Amino acid sequence: MVTKLKEVDVVVIGQGLTGVMMAKEMTMAGLTVVGLERGPDKRPEQENILPRIRDELRYNARKELMVDNAVDTVTFRNDSDQMALPIRRWGAFLPGEGVGGTTNHWGGLHWRFLPTDFRIRSEITQKYGASAIPADMTITDWPVTYDELEPYFDKFDKLCGVAGKAGNLRGQKIEGGNVFEGPRQNEYPTPALKTSAGAGMFRDAAKNVGFHPFTVPFSAPSQPYVNVYGVTLGKCEYCGFCGRTSCEANAKATPTTHVMPVLRGDPKYTLKTRAFVKQINYDKQAKKVTGVTYIDMKTGEEYEQPAGFVILSAFVMGNTHMMLYSGIGEPYDPKTGRGLVGKNYCYQFEANGTAFFEDKIMSPFMGSPGDRVAFDDFNGENFDHSGLGFFGGGYIVGGSGSAPPIGGRDVPEGTPSWGSEWKKQTVKWYYGAMDFNTQGSVYANRANYLDLDPTYKDSIGRPLLRMTYNGTENDHKMSRHLLSKLEMAVKAMNPTSYELRPRPKNFTTVPYQSTHNTGGTMMGTNPGNSVTNRYGQVWEASNLFITGASLFPQQHGYNPTGPLGAMAYWTADKIVKDYVKNPGPLVHT
Amino acid sequence: MANDESIPRRDFLKGASLTGASVAAAATGLVACSPKAETAASQATPATQDTWLVLTPEEAEFFIAAADTIIPKDELSPSGSECGVPVFIDRQLASAWGGGDRMYRAGPFVKGTPEQGYQLSLTPHQYFVAGVIAANAWCEKTYGKTFDRLDQAKRNEALTAMEKGTAEFDGFESKPFFTALLTINMEGFFADPIYGGNRNKASWRMLGFPGLPAIYADKIDAYRGKRYPVTEPQSIADFS
Repeated sequence: MVTKLKEVDVVVIGQGLTGVMMAKEMTMAGLTVVGLERGPDKRPEQENILPRIRDELRYNARKELMVDNAVDTVTFRNDSDQMALPIRRWGAFLPGEGVGGTTNHWGGLHWRFLPTDFRIRSEITQKYGASAIPADMTITDWPVTYDELEPYFDKFDKLCGVAGKAGNLRGQKIEGGNVFEGPRQNEYPTPALKTSAGAGMFRDAAKNVGFHPFTVPFSAPSQPYVNVYGVTLGKCEYCGFCGRTSCEANAKATPTTHVMPVLRGDPKYTLKTRAFVKQINYDKQAKKVTGVTYIDMKTGEEYEQPAGFVILSAFVMGNTHMMLYSGIGEPYDPKTGRGLVGKNYCYQFEANGTAFFEDKIMSPFMGSPGDRVAFDDFNGENFDHSGLGFFGGGYIVGGSGSAPPIGGRDVPEGTPSWGSEWKKQTVKWYYGAMDFNTQGSVYANRANYLDLDPTYKDSIGRPLLRMTYNGTENDHKMSRHLLSKLEMAVKAMNPTSYELRPRPKNFTTVPYQSTHNTGGTMMGTNPGNSVTNRYGQVWEASNLFITGASLFPQQHGYNPTGPLGAMAYWTADKIVKDYVKNPGPLVHT
Repeated sequence: MANDESIPRRDFLKGASLTGASVAAAATGLVACSPKAETAASQATPATQDTWLVLTPEEAEFFIAAADTIIPKDELSPSGSECGVPVFIDRQLASAWGGGDRMYRAGPFVKGTPEQGYQLSLTPHQYFVAGVIAANAWCEKTYGKTFDRLDQAKRNEALTAMEKGTAEFDGFESKPFFTALLTINMEGFFADPIYGGNRNKASWRMLGFPGLPAIYADKIDAYRGKRYPVTEPQSIADFS
């Protein structure tokens, strides 16, 4: 028995980062909005407080803020000849649960993609010839340019109070910032964070070997800041617990603290938590959706919520899954190359390393992901790929802070992992280790994709999403290249010893690597090459919009949150300015 | 049997008895430089006997022996069991996490590739119960005694064999069992003491980890490249 509710203007599926941003923008435009969230509400004043928030076991080891795998997970296999098996507890990536979603625990690195990233296929073809891109590398140009998105990057910066230093202000290159970044109309909202001891050493070393280091942009203010919605944000406290916990300082960007205070009481907004959206109701003939069906997890009742239009704002996997399960668009088939939903699934090709210094003191517990130093000389098309045998790249970053003790105790390779000698070495190097990371792109490959699993079901009986992914030869070569450049900077610091860790040949669901999943509902220029148009509007249902990294045609060499935030604002602006007045397709082909 | 007489585990069980003062004394190697901290340490240590929520006597003895082998008592810290690591393990296995909370447990259960991660139907508690039985059976077959009755050298040898995967347990894989055992020991040793391990913040003292409140915005400049003074680490309980 399904109870049909009264129609509202907008239903937003998922109240994570972009879901809440969209709800806020739509209510500001006068629309009635229902936000549906499968997870719990978040009450920062109850949950994100001292001392309970400083609990590495609960948040980091037991991953309390992540999606409950018993409710939903994905199955995984390296290639389509294998049987996919469920990820029974999260490992390689960590989707978040509840209002605020993954931003409740994210690391907060806040980037823009390069102007050339948005036209990557044309750029490579132009530079290296029409046959340069291998047949199985299905990268495409974005249907939107950096210049078009710049005002929305700017607005997203001002939602988050990003700390950073501009390296390109309206075309003028500024030393100390990232000179490779696209032109910004404004400085970062707040100054860059102070760097840790290790990051300072890394900056000097990178400079000495001829690279262009800068302090990473961080999605938390370095000083108190009033954001674009008038919410006063706190400043980063360099607590060292950031990566898997929420922020007690109301500094790290999440809509929980940055938007909800001014959205929660809005009479046009209704938040329903523990509302499990089962499907989007789709009228294929009319090329329209009529609303959604959801289960109220608190009563077990099933409801149909009709809506003028629907915004799909779940995590990458959730967006693709909802499209496949609701039967909107054609599922991708890697054998024929036909179909688009699930195509161009990409990950982040991360690799890392550690250097040990006998004579240095670097407090590993004191710091923030934003107090590190990066260089961007080997990202995207910032360097010549002639003769290298791969395309793509990424930023390279180093620093010494942010490591509570269960997870943050580096010892040199070959040290026993237990016993008295292990203890001795652990104490010896605790203050002397510096960590590095290369944040590599993943250029889409026709063999990597998402579809519905034939065997395993979620907690309401739907097939799980199946992920078929492995690192490609291109991406392995790219990553080794980044490590070789990292090594130059590491050597310049004269460490006592160091080690670099390339990724193993096969992608593995354990241990943690990166939560940066992208693709599955890619945007493009026409219904033949994409699931949505340049505004995230679904070609096959003009009153359905998608936000988030599932729109990415491929993943570039940066964390995805900056671009996906900017794109949500770009979509919101188009809906408010044009779609609401004249509902229907925003792009005609 | 002579070896048994010298087994720390036996001493420990007998003298559950280990009072706060004697645990603190074991830790003085680290805090001796700070008389103030030593006093605080002695006051902070509980003097109660370990009791178990879910561990059987065999499991308790196994985990005590394993904790004291993985984290032996030396000049850097008290032993794993003195630090409460077995108590931590007991509470974790009794917790929602130990019972398989937030874990996808629907079948079919198929043996996958290493890349596909953990694919057994067992909860962490069930896994450790089976693992301890398998480990002890292997120790009996190999050494004629259960793990807890081995002397220190044999315990080291047995754990090394499990770590390398050369210990051929009957119907159970020794290498992943060792990884799980090592992980939960490290969690118990380094987690906030609120969970029953890391008593007297012994591991935090050992490392020089200050604990809470972890607010460093006004300290990051002053202590860049300099040792941050950690005389008395602070835990959740200290702020509650």
